[in-house]
Amino acid sequence: MKETRFAKAVVFINSLVPLALLCWDAYHGRLGANPLEFVTRTTGMLTLVFLLISLAVTPLRKLTGWNWLTRFRRMLGLYAFFYGFLHFTTYVWFDRFFNLKSTAQDILQRPFIAVGMLSFFLMVPLAITSTDRMIKRLGGKRWAKLHRLVYVAAAGGVLHYYMLVKSDVRLPTRFAIVLGLLLGFRLFIKYQSSPPPPTTIGAGARSR
Amino acid sequence: MLIKKASDIKSSEITDQKTYLNRRLFMRGAALVATTVATGALYKKLNPPPPVKVEGEKLANVKKAETVEGVPVLTEKPTSFEDITNYNNFYEFSTDKRAVAEEARGFVTRPWAVAVEGLVNKPRRYDLDDLLKIAPLEERIYRFRCVEGWSMVIPWVGFPLSKLLAQVEPNSRARYVAFETLFDPKRMPNQSSGVLDWPYVEGLRLDEAMHPLTILASGLYGERLPPQDGAPLRLVVPWKYGFKSIKSIVKITLTEAEPPTTWNLQAPDEYGFYSNVNPLVNHPRWSQARERRIGEYGMRDTLIFNGYAEQVASLYTGMDLKRYF
Repeated sequence: MKETRFAKAVVFINSLVPLALLCWDAYHGRLGANPLEFVTRTTGMLTLVFLLISLAVTPLRKLTGWNWLTRFRRMLGLYAFFYGFLHFTTYVWFDRFFNLKSTAQDILQRPFIAVGMLSFFLMVPLAITSTDRMIKRLGGKRWAKLHRLVYVAAAGGVLHYYMLVKSDVRLPTRFAIVLGLLLGFRLFIKYQSSPPPPTTIGAGARSR
Repeated sequence: MLIKKASDIKSSEITDQKTYLNRRLFMRGAALVATTVATGALYKKLNPPPPVKVEGEKLANVKKAETVEGVPVLTEKPTSFEDITNYNNFYEFSTDKRAVAEEARGFVTRPWAVAVEGLVNKPRRYDLDDLLKIAPLEERIYRFRCVEGWSMVIPWVGFPLSKLLAQVEPNSRARYVAFETLFDPKRMPNQSSGVLDWPYVEGLRLDEAMHPLTILASGLYGERLPPQDGAPLRLVVPWKYGFKSIKSIVKITLTEAEPPTTWNLQAPDEYGFYSNVNPLVNHPRWSQARERRIGEYGMRDTLIFNGYAEQVASLYTGMDLKRYF
């Protein structure tokens, strides 16, 4: 549909606005006293924001009945990966200077780095299998199952942020609450619409 | 039935295709611009405010750093005044380092009193201006290492804490010095949040407090200390992580027992009482082996005791620095 094409363009361009402004401020030396810390923090924040927005699509669609919302989901998810990649790159480049040994050491020494790293790598297979062709190749069901990894990635991302903060956990807590609501909604729908528990133990585990 | 031929409609009445497309294009363009501007505005709003320009007040009769005896001369370039005054950890105002300057603007520091009490022979409540006359003001260019892995070089103005302590005469039972920051949520707005247990408290062992490198600072770059850097009076202990150098001091107490310290209460396994800069003792959040000097892109190796080992290592002979971190 043509209308979606335009709407998609609007979402696409809007999602690039933060990056454009970040680059603009960087060019003009307006990133503050510690530019690298700021770039790291901003790209990390954007990753979480896009993860939450993409996870909000399904609940919103179910609440409003606006099925067209689904058409934006892939793009939003890919943006989460894109900003996550920038975040990861900033760290590996300007914090570790591409030193593999020091990166490995850092992962072992600082648990929040390990959690963040794991969450990022969980997004990689999701980005790779985001194309129509990959969905076909995997089959809808298997694809959907694989993409439930995003729940783990998002939870890991929020945990990573929470662990990093020294004492002012207000913002990471808000992220956690929103994520909790989005995932809780899914659980709620699942148990509301699922048939009464079967008598045989274990059979329920497979029902969706 | 009358079928109009194309020629029956006046050509002037037909919206020509170009206008139709233009109108549509215009609407879409407007929608795109409007959303983009809104997103941009939101991004800007969530970003820290622009840096604050400090109109400093020059301090008179400050002894130049090179002429102060017993203080190692730093050849490293001092961090810019703008960075020192716009990148601050001062949770009483904000937990965003770039927002502290804005939040602290207009913080009133006169009148200001500092009570010095506890195990001393001559307890006294000083008016700030009297306190600042205890000893001549000296410039001290020190490295400043934050526990978060960044560092600066700061030209402080102040005088040794030992001069103040000598005036009040600690008695023989005094073994520690406890410090307290002002508690006044009306003037320090973020104290209404539960981010830390207020007031902020810190402490030193008496010999650390008496060490010639330990100073009370009231200035920066030859000017009166700006609010965001701990006005009107702060502690500076250059061989310890920055959070030990407590700001906006209102009370100094000599004690027998090791006093509680804010960050240690917050997370005892992360912040020890001593908190000497030590690249060998890792912190779960920040590797302490290296540091980013503000204004530089590379990393520097962190030095034991922040490079002041020659002056202060003897304070800790025989102590397990990994245990007493």
